[in-house]
This record gives sequence, structure tokens and C-alpha cells, in this order.
Amino acid sequence: MMTAGRIVRLAERDREEVQFLLDGEMRNALDGDTVLTAMLASGHALRSSEFGPEPRAGFCLMGACQDCWVWQDEGPRLRACTTLVVEGMRLRTTPPENWP
Amino acid sequence: MSEPSSPRIVIVGAGPAGIRAAATLVEAGLHPVVIDEGHRAGGQIYRRPPAGFVRTPQQLYGSEADKALALHLLFDRMADEGRLTYCARSSVIAVHEGRLHVLGEGGAEVVFYDRLILATGASDRVAPIPGWQNAGVFSLGAAQIALKAQGVALGRRIVLIGSGPLLTLVGTQLLKAGADVAAVLDTSSWRQQMRGFWGLAARPIVALPGLTLRARLGRRYHAGVTPERIDADGQGVTGMRWRDAGGRERVTPCDMIGIGWHLRAETHLTDLAGCAFTYDELWRQWLPKADEMGRARNGIYLAGDGARLLGADGAEIAGRVAAAACLADLGRPVPSVGADLRRLARLERFARGLAQAFPWPGAMVRALPDDTIVCRCENVTAGAVREGTTLGGGEANRVKSLSRVGMGRCQGRYCQLAAVELVAAQAGCRPEDVGRFRGQAPVRPAPSGAFLREG
Repeated sequence: MMTAGRIVRLAERDREEVQFLLDGEMRNALDGDTVLTAMLASGHALRSSEFGPEPRAGFCLMGACQDCWVWQDEGPRLRACTTLVVEGMRLRTTPPENWP
Repeated sequence: MSEPSSPRIVIVGAGPAGIRAAATLVEAGLHPVVIDEGHRAGGQIYRRPPAGFVRTPQQLYGSEADKALALHLLFDRMADEGRLTYCARSSVIAVHEGRLHVLGEGGAEVVFYDRLILATGASDRVAPIPGWQNAGVFSLGAAQIALKAQGVALGRRIVLIGSGPLLTLVGTQLLKAGADVAAVLDTSSWRQQMRGFWGLAARPIVALPGLTLRARLGRRYHAGVTPERIDADGQGVTGMRWRDAGGRERVTPCDMIGIGWHLRAETHLTDLAGCAFTYDELWRQWLPKADEMGRARNGIYLAGDGARLLGADGAEIAGRVAAAACLADLGRPVPSVGADLRRLARLERFARGLAQAFPWPGAMVRALPDDTIVCRCENVTAGAVREGTTLGGGEANRVKSLSRVGMGRCQGRYCQLAAVELVAAQAGCRPEDVGRFRGQAPVRPAPSGAFLREG
């Protein structure tokens, strides 16, 4: 279900679907979604805070606050609000287990 | 297709200021390099959605559609004709002696400049509210970007709180798009807003639509409110607690809260470029010093909201003027700027009226409970900032090293003004006596992989 998350789609719903993995599960997004939109369309958080108990879901959406860096299965993090989702991305809300 | 001209002029930012600066240089026969974080030129206020989105400029930018469209077309034409070099999705992370360190798609590189025009814009000026670290709290600007560039609302039931033109604007834009806006809470009282209105009246054509927008919010809009606390559960925000102008406690259930008190100039690169700053009493923030044309120091020019918070119209003019200053300093023929300078002066009066009508909530910040998080990056509390001040004295950078406030990944962009307010209160001095956090390179997080070279 595409609208089970935090975000509500109000316009531009007629776009190609894109599939990506979120914590190992297949999710749908739309072509042109940022990683932030894609993740929050089906979930409520992007990551957990390293300094507190609360989950985080981004803050400024213009690449300034750095709240939305998310993990990928293969390691490197990306800034969710400035990166467009790509078919087959493997995103995580927690660090990979083999990360040092 | 031409090559970057000699002397090499680099513009940082492709919002209204950067685009107009580029156009002025191109008209003079020069070929500037434009470095921009956006996927497409436009900046934040005239930000364009990704390719394939179908809403019209009218739907995206409302009454400002013509201005947005004109800027987009102008920039695309210059780029297509090869009259400038556009580096999209690229962040300048450091400035040093004629060199910019740039992080782009292909990794890190060095770009040389002879003249530099900084058109870095602004972001929301935010103040902490207890509980604002929770998922579902965003800046007002974020709510607008989500709607404009992605066609989404960041929650099912929305509360907006803060003060400034964006508060009302985002509220009406979300309503119009079909979002559920539960409340729009303005910390500025009617009386304060009327006081600033004398300045706004200098530009009645802009002030009146503001009031019309306000009317569309109807009973959702409340002036003179005091935020109390953001309620949250393990998943994120569940409600906003606030007191109305009469002091009555209210709770508005919601899953998204947008906050912001007008704008904060983006000045990290200006700082690294060695420009001087001065504390602006009315804007309650440090702004870079420049002459009326935007000359900050030798070869460095400032334009747009990163230098003077005049909004998009002012940014367009300031961009033209800064480029004219650059041309003058190069000994080239200069387009006439007299009318533009008069327009800037008029906009300045208007902006100062706005600043007075929608002030920074200094008293609210000074009264924050000790356990309120001030720095969202590292969850540094108001108590830790006060303790740092007691230990180290009322100087911003000392408190920064003692408490780590301003040391997180955003580099103080979203906590500095509140932190300084707390330090000043604790030390018994004025915010301007506390000083400002020193800018540090890289001004954006830079993955170490970008600097690795295959040997």
C-alpha cells in the first residue's frame, strides 16, 4: 500500500512506479520521488537518532540540516531529501550489521 | 559553446539572485561558472519538480508564476546556448584563496575563481520547542518544498507554528492542495503585527495579499500564541500543546508540525571567504557586511537572501547589482543600476517592517526548560548550553566546544541563534556580545570516499 506511511500524496500521482528495498522488504515509489518521499510514503521514519531514543524523518528538505542521511545495504549513506529514488535501491533505517 | 571567460567568475547558487547575476554577466559577454546544489536551476522559492511532473507554473508558484517561469527560461536558454557553465547537484564545501572545493556527482574537485559571487540564499530561522527532535517536525520551508517539488504533504493532520510571511503562505498552499491543516499558530501578536505594518505599508501591493491569504485560513489562524510542548510517541509527533493569546491551554492532535520564524541567511561560505559580519538588531542574526552593490571584500560579491533578507524580488535585483559591481571592478561597461538601488532601498524598508511584525521569539527561547533539546543533530540540551556558559563564560565558540552545541552535522545552522540567546541570558549579556560560531570547512558533510584517488 503506497500511502501507509507518514506522507500523503496530493498531486502528481500519475507517474511510473519504481521498486526499492526498505529494510529488506520490497516497496513501491514513484519515478521522481526523492528517497525521503519514497521511504516516508511507506514508513514513518528514515533512521533512528544516534543521540536519543526518537526516530527521525528529516527536517529541512533542502540539504541543509543533514537529518535525513540514510543507510544502504552496501554501506555508503545518502542524503534522502536531495537524492532521487532509483529502481532497485536497497535502503535501510538502521546501519548494516557488518558496518564497523 | 564558449569556455569560461578570463577572468573567471564563479557564482554559487542558482536561485533568483544567482540567475540574475549570471544573466547580467552573460549580457556583458562574459561566461560565468554557476555552481548549484539543485537538480535544476531555480533555487528554493522557485524550485522546480523533477522531470515528468505535470503541474503548471500557475499551480506551483501561484501569483509568482510569471517570475518563476521567466527565470527558469532565461537560465535554461543561457545554459543551452553554452553561454555559461552550469554545475548542478554540486556543493561548494570550502573556499580558500581563489579556490573552491566542490563536491559533485563525480567526487571532489577544485574550481578556481578570480571573482566570486555568493548567492547562497537562506533557510528557515527556527527556534527549539520542547519535543521538536521527534519525527514529524519539519521546517515550514520543508512543508512548502514537499508540496512544490514532490506533490506531497508531510503528514495527515498538520499544525504550523512560528511567525513570518511563510507561515500564512504555506498554510494556504497546503489547504488549497487538499491537506488537512488543523491550526496555523502565530507567535506574533496582532499588536506586534500592526506595529510592523507601517513598514509593510511601504509596499501595500504585497501587504494586502498577505492579509487575504490570512483570511483564507479562517479560524485555523491564531495570533499571539505561546508554544508549550510537542507530544510524541515511539513513531513520532502526536500533538501540539500551546497557549492562546488569552493564556488558555490548548492541545491540537496532529502527526506533522511545521515550524519557522522567518529566514536565516546562509553565510557559511561567506564566512570562509573572509567576509566581515555585523549583528543585525532587527533580524536578530549576524549578516555579512557589504556595500550597497554587494561588494564584501576584494573580488567577493554577495547577492540575495544570503546577504540581505529581502525575499525573491529583492534577490533578483541584488543579483543584477552584484554582477554590475563585478563588471565595474573589471573595468567593463556597466549597466545602469540607479533604479535597481532605489528598488532595493524600498524593499529594505518593507523587509524591516516584516522583521518587526514577525519577530524572533527571544523570550520564548530564554525560558526553555533545561531538558529541551537545542541542537537536533546531537541532542544537546538547553541545560547543557547553560552549564557550558557557567563553566566557560559567555562566548559562543567556548560554549560550543564545552557543550558540542553547533558541532553537529548541520554545523549550527539550526541551533546557533537559539544557543546564542541562551548563552546571553545565562551570562547576562546581549546576544551580539556572545559572538557567532566560526564557520568550518567542509560546510556540508563530505564522504571520505570522494577524496580517495586510485593510485
